[in-house]
Amino acid sequence: MKTLAQSIKLTLALTVLLCGIYPVIIAFAGKLSKGQGNGETVVVNGKIVGYAALGQKFDQPQYFSSRPSAVGYNAAGSAGSNKGPSNPDYLKEVNNRIDTLLKYNPGIKRSDIPADLVTASGSGLDPDISPDAARLQVKRVAAKRGLSEQQVAALVESHIQKPLMGLFGPATVNVLELNIALNNLKK
Amino acid sequence: MNTEFLGIVASFAITLLIAIPLGKYLAKMFAGEKVWTDFMKPLENGLFKISGINPNEPMNWKQFLKAMMIINMIWLAYGFFVLIYQDKLPLNPDGNPGMTPDLAFNTIISFVVNCNLQHYSGESGVTYLTQHIIMMFLMFTSAAVGIAAAVGLFKAFRDKTTTNIGNFWEYFVKSITRLLLPLSVIVALILAFNGTPSSYAGKDQFISMQGDTVNVSRGPAAQMIAIKHLGTNGGGWFGANSAHPLENPSYLTNMVEIISQMIIPMAMILAFGYFVRRKKLGWVIFAMMTVGMLMLMIPTLVSETGGSSAIAKMGVQQATGAMEGKEVRIGPMATGYWSTLTTIVSTGSVNGMHDSTMPLTGAWQLLGMMINGFFGGCGVGILNYFIYLIIAVFISGLMVGRTPEFLGHKVEAREVKIAALITLLSPFLILAGTAIAAFIFTNFGNADWAVKPANWLNNPGFHGFSEMLYEFTSANANNGSGFEGLGDNNIFWNVGTGIVLILGRFLPIIGPVAIAGLLAQKKYVPESAGTLRTDTFTFGVMTLAVILVLNALSYFPALALGPLAEYFSMAH
Repeated sequence: MKTLAQSIKLTLALTVLLCGIYPVIIAFAGKLSKGQGNGETVVVNGKIVGYAALGQKFDQPQYFSSRPSAVGYNAAGSAGSNKGPSNPDYLKEVNNRIDTLLKYNPGIKRSDIPADLVTASGSGLDPDISPDAARLQVKRVAAKRGLSEQQVAALVESHIQKPLMGLFGPATVNVLELNIALNNLKK
Repeated sequence: MNTEFLGIVASFAITLLIAIPLGKYLAKMFAGEKVWTDFMKPLENGLFKISGINPNEPMNWKQFLKAMMIINMIWLAYGFFVLIYQDKLPLNPDGNPGMTPDLAFNTIISFVVNCNLQHYSGESGVTYLTQHIIMMFLMFTSAAVGIAAAVGLFKAFRDKTTTNIGNFWEYFVKSITRLLLPLSVIVALILAFNGTPSSYAGKDQFISMQGDTVNVSRGPAAQMIAIKHLGTNGGGWFGANSAHPLENPSYLTNMVEIISQMIIPMAMILAFGYFVRRKKLGWVIFAMMTVGMLMLMIPTLVSETGGSSAIAKMGVQQATGAMEGKEVRIGPMATGYWSTLTTIVSTGSVNGMHDSTMPLTGAWQLLGMMINGFFGGCGVGILNYFIYLIIAVFISGLMVGRTPEFLGHKVEAREVKIAALITLLSPFLILAGTAIAAFIFTNFGNADWAVKPANWLNNPGFHGFSEMLYEFTSANANNGSGFEGLGDNNIFWNVGTGIVLILGRFLPIIGPVAIAGLLAQKKYVPESAGTLRTDTFTFGVMTLAVILVLNALSYFPALALGPLAEYFSMAH
């Protein structure tokens, strides 16, 4: 009986400390961060067009495409496809994505396509593609927009984010940033 | 050199640099010696005073375990009702519903036992209130329970002969105030300043560049993600866990999260050596666990960076490795590294979807959880390894014809029986559970449950079997990761894994603490030429061999039916 009362009181006291004081202190400190703790947004002409960390759907040909997503880039939820590596339906789907890419990007070969462009991400909200995945789309985007290939290729190269401190992890290209810069590019 | 590889080398190096001094600190702190966190004393005294606890009261192993069990039972009962009625409670800006009883049953057990198997999605299944007072609260307290139980075991071997294994409340509270809470503040701040939301704002909406209306789930996530890793809990704020770009926004946060889930399990091993004044024993165990970890990690990295053979046949390039279910900013190398660590230390958080990893990777993930003793969860890792140690002491004692002893106490029939039962428990729970699931799937496919058994699996064939095996393995190991394609929010999986979770948690804590308590009461036998020394490298290798043989015998058939069969079917 004594232990029961002790347990209940300790639970209440710790709830105040761990679920009240601790998170509220962090929330206040977080107000000083870039997005004030609400998540950093990206603003174009005074309008919020996305979140810096979150990928969004780009499937129109004049934009650099983002990766396939199991949740259609709706950030109310998040999920991967959870397809296993030997699943025949899944493999067919990947093959279809390859065919689609080949169709809309004339002049590319299968061996040019990096896997990230034909596989779904873990969260369904991946904001990035690999540098190769961006380079692959230069020709199509330039043609759709009437821009020169060199111009678009230079834009891609300038948007490659290097590994952390140049040493750790992969290089990436943030698709939203790249596409915003693309819209600002003059002929 | 390849930057993805450098990234994991750096992560491991930093982990060691933190874990080694942390281990020394923990040994001193729990022994009551002077440490720099003594400034927490007034806070601890306040907590004890409010609760009417005397932290200096000695406890024998039965009193110790009784206190532990009672507070856990209170959390189970109270949490169950809070989850059911969460929709009627405050702090629910997104208007999420209450849980069904079977889901609440599973969820509350899962969080009390430090597992965090989540049969709901964070964005739509819980409220900000329950994320705080249930999920985050239990992330702190369940980790502290594990650490306290381990320190009780340490205490039993510190003195020559004793019935006192220390005060549960003292260890429990100090684990929070002097370890988990200060570290959580640091990690949460790093995350909050690197893109993880920390405020209480609810869902947001915006119009995307292509004109789609997008909703964005947010909330005070940084606070929870810090303790989810430090406490080896693993439950995500968002459904996609640490693959989610708000939960793990960059390679930097990925390194911070992977480091923070390893430091306490590693430090606890060294703390054991320092605490019982046998530094070498701690280091030998540490070395064996590292070897075990590498045995699982190296083939994982090979298979993930090698990419999918089926996709290679389609002719596309997999320069960095398999990408299905992975994030570009993290990459296959760091995802493979994480998948090994999260399965051996029982965190269960993921930064890429395990269901989509390569077949052999799946086998190593499963094996990591089946062994569950290479570093292992907060506190419980050393408890699991201790059971293997007792079995190894017994077997080697028989082999060389010496009386089995551990740290000056004779290991006799009663202790070995307990250890043997605990060893048999895991294969029983995992294999019986999976067998029942497979039986229902094949024979009662149309049962009228929330998810029909025929629709449980997201993948056909061998991989589908692996999904079921993984769920029970994860539940028994209190890991919490999943082959998430499994349709698990229905009465069979909620109740079935709920039962496995609770047995797989408390028996493997009660067993080792009881053995330690029983051994500590026995007369101390000084070491002599006839003693089988347990802190030698040879004995370490013997323990590792026992671990590998026991687990291979228990699980090889099940692994052969799932991931191994899938691998060979893809290979030809």
